[in-house]
Amino acid sequence: MTNTTVINPEAEKRKRISYGMTLLIAGVLMYLFFGVNTQAGSQTTFGLNLLGSQAIPISDLIVPAQTTVYLMVAIIVFAGAYQLARGVRSTGLLFGILALTFTIAFLTWAAQDKSFNLTGMLSSSLVRATPIALAALCGVISERAAVINIGVEGTMLMSAQAAVVVATITKNLYAGLIAAILVGGLVAAFHAFLVIRFKVDQIVSGVAINIFGAGFTSFTSSKFLQSATDTLNNSGTFPIISIPILSKIPVIGPTFFENNIIVYLTLILVVVMHILLFYTPWGLRTRAVGEHPKAADTLGVNVYLMRYVNVIFGGMIAGLGGAYFTIGSVGRFDELMTSGKGFIGLAAVIFGKWNPIGAYASSLIFGFADSLQVKLQILRIPIPSEFLLMAPYIVTMIILTGVVGRAIPPAADGQPYEK
Amino acid sequence: MSQTASSKDKKEKTTEGIGGGSLGQALLVPVLAVITGLILGGVVMAASGSNPFQAYAALFAGSFGSPSAIIAGIQTYFATGDNNDLVKSIYPFTESLVTATPYIFAGLSVAIGFRAGLFNIGAEGQFFIGALCSAYIGYSVKGLPMIIHLPLAIGAGALGGAIWGMIPGYLKARFGAHEVVNTIMMNWIAFRLSDWLLKGPMQASNFRPVTPNVLATAELPRFFEAPLRFNLGFFLALLFAYLVYWFLFKTTIGFEIRSVGANPDAAKYAGMNIIKNFVLVMFIAGGLAGLAGTAQVLGVDHWVGQGFSAGYGFDAIALALLGKSHPFGVILSALLFGFLRSGATNMQSIAGIPIDIISIIQGLVIIFIAAPAIIRWLYRIRSLKVEEIVLTRGWGK
Repeated sequence: MTNTTVINPEAEKRKRISYGMTLLIAGVLMYLFFGVNTQAGSQTTFGLNLLGSQAIPISDLIVPAQTTVYLMVAIIVFAGAYQLARGVRSTGLLFGILALTFTIAFLTWAAQDKSFNLTGMLSSSLVRATPIALAALCGVISERAAVINIGVEGTMLMSAQAAVVVATITKNLYAGLIAAILVGGLVAAFHAFLVIRFKVDQIVSGVAINIFGAGFTSFTSSKFLQSATDTLNNSGTFPIISIPILSKIPVIGPTFFENNIIVYLTLILVVVMHILLFYTPWGLRTRAVGEHPKAADTLGVNVYLMRYVNVIFGGMIAGLGGAYFTIGSVGRFDELMTSGKGFIGLAAVIFGKWNPIGAYASSLIFGFADSLQVKLQILRIPIPSEFLLMAPYIVTMIILTGVVGRAIPPAADGQPYEK
Repeated sequence: MSQTASSKDKKEKTTEGIGGGSLGQALLVPVLAVITGLILGGVVMAASGSNPFQAYAALFAGSFGSPSAIIAGIQTYFATGDNNDLVKSIYPFTESLVTATPYIFAGLSVAIGFRAGLFNIGAEGQFFIGALCSAYIGYSVKGLPMIIHLPLAIGAGALGGAIWGMIPGYLKARFGAHEVVNTIMMNWIAFRLSDWLLKGPMQASNFRPVTPNVLATAELPRFFEAPLRFNLGFFLALLFAYLVYWFLFKTTIGFEIRSVGANPDAAKYAGMNIIKNFVLVMFIAGGLAGLAGTAQVLGVDHWVGQGFSAGYGFDAIALALLGKSHPFGVILSALLFGFLRSGATNMQSIAGIPIDIISIIQGLVIIFIAAPAIIRWLYRIRSLKVEEIVLTRGWGK
């Protein structure tokens, strides 16, 4: 479908120059901020072992700080010069080089003469990406059937609360997990009912769910949970499950194979959803309903049923994401504890081009930005922590701005279908 | 209101979005939506073990005051000239108007966005930035007479909010980045920025993260003595509602904005500049939300603390929808929300109902307003010929 794009030589040239200049300027800025401020002879230690992990210990990675930063500057300047002279087809590659070199240079500068645990960073990125990824998967599956669900935030809040309350009362974390998934499905069913049956504006319905969810959970929290923390709001969390043998691999083991059940379920869901969407009749029908509902209807696909099923399934995934916040990480419910993760998940949908694996990959970037600010506060670098806390939101905006022009949503996304 | 509406010809009325048919018909669904929301809110209260009747009585007393106390106050005033009782008795009512003031501004902000097909969820962040800008000019600029200082502080708040709103507007117009996600991100950035400002550059003392008090020359004048906080901000809000009405319905650029909102393709075909309109609308919307913060800081609190803007953005969405994105509708729904919020404080202290019940009612009201079919089905009302406003359409179109 992109093969038919007419290449405009003028625009191509302008794009080549502007991207090349961006990389060169980034290189200069990196030199000025990080290169100048690292002392010759100082070293940065990147820890590769996680405390309490089963992985086979290996020696830490110790690099000369200044040389590393200069190397990164050299790479980015070379990439910029190459782009100016010859042009690189893949803008994703350029973006990747920029992000990678910048991150390495930044971390080397921030942790010079100190130790920075790289494995801890990666494993916490994966964990922090989990709720974002689940919100994103909910978005992918709903929007593939042309229903936008921006009520994920409110859905996750209600699921999070349901999970912890049920788990505390029954003293069974799995009962809490099931409750969260059911609540997620129920809320999504309500959204589907409004937008499919009554053709309510999808964004407005989502906003109403967010407001209702925030109000309802805060109401019940201050009415019941705060005065009865032990009997209603103290569930404990899912234990870490170590996968035998695989968890022994250094770096990869602690990152991927020593997690709780929700993180594993997320990884499985990504793969399952990819297969479902692209290799099964159900996936084909879903995509048809999202791209051209009229044609799908003509061929005998039940458009409304497909939309109901997808939105409710998506809501159940969001419910799982809600469970992560309480029984998956802290074991209690706090008011408004999702703090915008549902919306960041929506940005991950767009950045991931409505594709489960893409959405998961972009969630990892947000998870990385999120855990980076926590780690950097520990390193006490001379940037106020509030600015570090802004990072995930700013990254979301940059990604939305830079990518959405080239990301093409399902053609019927957000539009009600009338027979 | 009904006089003027009925004297205009039918075409004029439909373009103003109050709706075809009579004014009563147009008001029917919103009124029923609010009533249904209140009833369901009562069900939630009853389910959580509280007495909804006692709660709503406390809400009413908290928002209007007790009628008998007001009459007694007036009698005492005329009999003895002592106005203590009178002031005490009208306090709840004036507080409701004070609470409604920022709602009018914030509701106008969201409403003007809806008119252009833009969904401004960022009113909350714009509110905060506006408040901080006004507070900064209010306490740092010294030695100016009020006639210069007050407008300067108001202008700073409007400009701050406007710039905060314009950023997502520009990103939408230039790159097609959806304003819903971007305005929410701008909210979070505004909260973090304010955390930093209130703990650092703008902190009054070392104890609490609040700004210094604004100078007396930057305060919006109050009409009564303390504890009554009723101030000029309320009339300023009414004035701006009229200005927005005039701008939207009586100027060429207002017509363009409404055309872009109703049908961007047609507007583009007619030669209207959609990019310019998106940026302009978000600039104005941000400015109005900024003024909401300004009115709150210069008229009521006189300083800014953390969590200052909590909830205003979402409330504004609800009341813009309730007011059908019409400036006069926004005034009415802002008054309603002012009374609800102001009374809810009393309800919380007397009946022990958490104030969040108002958010539950708001969520329900939005659903009923957005799906009038539910209300029609519930109350067996036949389909009304009320003009529907196109609110949003998908991602980045």
